[in-house]
Amino acid sequence: MIWKDLQTALGDEGYVASNDLTVALHLALSLGRPLLIEGAAGVGKTEVAKTLAAVKGAQLIRLQCYEGLDAAQAIYEWNYQRQLLTIRAAAEDGKTGKDVEDRIFSRDFLLERPLLAAITQTAPPVLLIDEIDRADEEFEAYLLEILSEYQVSIPELGTIEATSKPMVILTSNGTRDLSDALRRRCLYTYVEYPDLDTELAILRARCPTIGAHLGAQVVGFVQKLRTEELEKTPGIAEMLDFAAALMGLGIADLTSDPAALQSTLTTLLKTQSDQAHITPEVAGRIAGRAA
Amino acid sequence: MTRVTRFASRDSGPAARVGGFIAHLRHNGLRLGVAEADLALNALTHVHAISPLECRRALRAVCTGCKEEAEQFDALFDSYWLDAGRVKQKVMPSNSSTLEDGVHSNRTAKGQDAGTVGTATAPDASQGDADSDGTGKLIATKARNLSRKDLRDLVQPDEIAQATDIARRLGAALRDTRSRRRIAARKGDRLHFRKIMRHSLSTGGEPIKLLRKRRPDRTRKIVALCDVSGSMTVYAQVFLAFLAGLMRADSAADAYLFHTRLVRITEALRDKDTMRAIGRMSLMADGFGGGSKIGPSLALFADTYARRFVDGRSVVLILSDGYDTAPPETMARALSKLKKRGCKIIWLNPLKGWRDYAPVAAGMAAALPYLDLFSAANTLDDLAALERELVTL
Repeated sequence: MIWKDLQTALGDEGYVASNDLTVALHLALSLGRPLLIEGAAGVGKTEVAKTLAAVKGAQLIRLQCYEGLDAAQAIYEWNYQRQLLTIRAAAEDGKTGKDVEDRIFSRDFLLERPLLAAITQTAPPVLLIDEIDRADEEFEAYLLEILSEYQVSIPELGTIEATSKPMVILTSNGTRDLSDALRRRCLYTYVEYPDLDTELAILRARCPTIGAHLGAQVVGFVQKLRTEELEKTPGIAEMLDFAAALMGLGIADLTSDPAALQSTLTTLLKTQSDQAHITPEVAGRIAGRAA
Repeated sequence: MTRVTRFASRDSGPAARVGGFIAHLRHNGLRLGVAEADLALNALTHVHAISPLECRRALRAVCTGCKEEAEQFDALFDSYWLDAGRVKQKVMPSNSSTLEDGVHSNRTAKGQDAGTVGTATAPDASQGDADSDGTGKLIATKARNLSRKDLRDLVQPDEIAQATDIARRLGAALRDTRSRRRIAARKGDRLHFRKIMRHSLSTGGEPIKLLRKRRPDRTRKIVALCDVSGSMTVYAQVFLAFLAGLMRADSAADAYLFHTRLVRITEALRDKDTMRAIGRMSLMADGFGGGSKIGPSLALFADTYARRFVDGRSVVLILSDGYDTAPPETMARALSKLKKRGCKIIWLNPLKGWRDYAPVAAGMAAALPYLDLFSAANTLDDLAALERELVTL
């Protein structure tokens, strides 16, 4: 089974991927399709792309989406200053018309933005389009051509075809629905918070020096904490911070020092109301159950 | 897991079966085209296709597109490949149905049919149909008022003229100025370099004409949902006139009526003859003045029409008193789903105008967290007064 190899390779880079995610990733790579990963914040969506780049030894090109992101910032833009200077210089040399026009609308004058850069590499890079749900619907439309044909059409220049097909990963927090047109061009997988064993494996992979007892306690604690009613559920990165904080303070057992436990909770609880909700008593109770 | 579906011997092989599976998924509301069947087959060649678990994972990655679909997928996979409820594929007309008959959607119809054989082909079972199978449906059927009330008695032409005017003003107030893109414009705050360069070529590189761009105003699309159940009859006159006016003033607006069912009345209200439009509407609003199922109606709206007509630039206007016979969770779920489409939700409640009114009705209380504006509206004047609040929305 080939996808198992991918899973092992990801594991070697410190990313513990679920079977579902690995199969989806494997298919995306072998079919040459983009992969859309959805899930709550902090389940390791962005990390997939980084790890994949490391596994494949490829360059990672990242495009962070935001509202109002447009073609000039994401795909390409003409280098206007250079164009102006060139026109001036050409005018002094007495050249006009078609020569100049051809020259200033050539590849030399094109500023590559992440998406164009991704399809013009010699070796296929990993293209991460992060938090696509933050961009608006118009931007999704820009993406369609690139994601399905791997080409960019520039009115002045013509169509630029991909020299190498990038491995595309899109992530979304699901804050708004994406268009059907975009979804159908991608393979899809939904990433859940990991179960106890998986999370323990992640902790061991990322933080090998942690003691077995504390490790189990940390993961148990965070898992229990996720079932509480919180505004911001702690993700995997928070769990790793929490473990690192405990180790830094030299705590070997969660239940031993409630005050220290409470002070390290700042790594897990990121809003004021969540911090107010998890009082030392509650934290102690959860830690007691997790042990 | 061991019971694998035995296909008929005339079946022509894996390709046909995968094709059948895609059709089965499409039948159950997943949005799949012809290309997906090809992709699915292709995907199976890249995994160990003998193992059901791997097939499941591979097909899930290919065939699903959002979290809800991914959740449905396992049941649909079982029902097709593992022989659980394959017989339930055909759509049966359900006479007892109270929700579906006004709406052309095969999704919920299936959910109800499958209720008899377990959850295998019941994609929507989790969305409240299961809850409403019991008492909810009984109440609604009992309360369904079959006598047709002629809405023409309720609405006067001059009121529609006034409402048209108000609707036009509200539409203008809702103009969305948030667009972050820029388009070419005569007066703008930024230079449009791309155009300047092109123009300057004709003047030997001298940019004589400075072209500009600015952020354009974008109109919002108003989607109005009007409750015409029994408790709302008193206010129906105002709201229906408003809807009729809205349709006249804004060609992009969209309107629906609901009581125990949901009906799209946009087309009917676009009729040039005002009174004929109202007449057509009253024909469609069969059951007017009956019971109200706000939550399920909104849920149905969120699942069907909203997917096509509601986006980040829409304002969903709900005109209702919030007295719902369905459980409040249905309402909360429907509104959160609707909210996810990025729209603004405004709820105009005629009761809110009363002194000492508090939104204690369970449905209303459940809806509150999802609303961008919760306001009173009994008369056309109240609606007109909303203008200022809408500007700041």
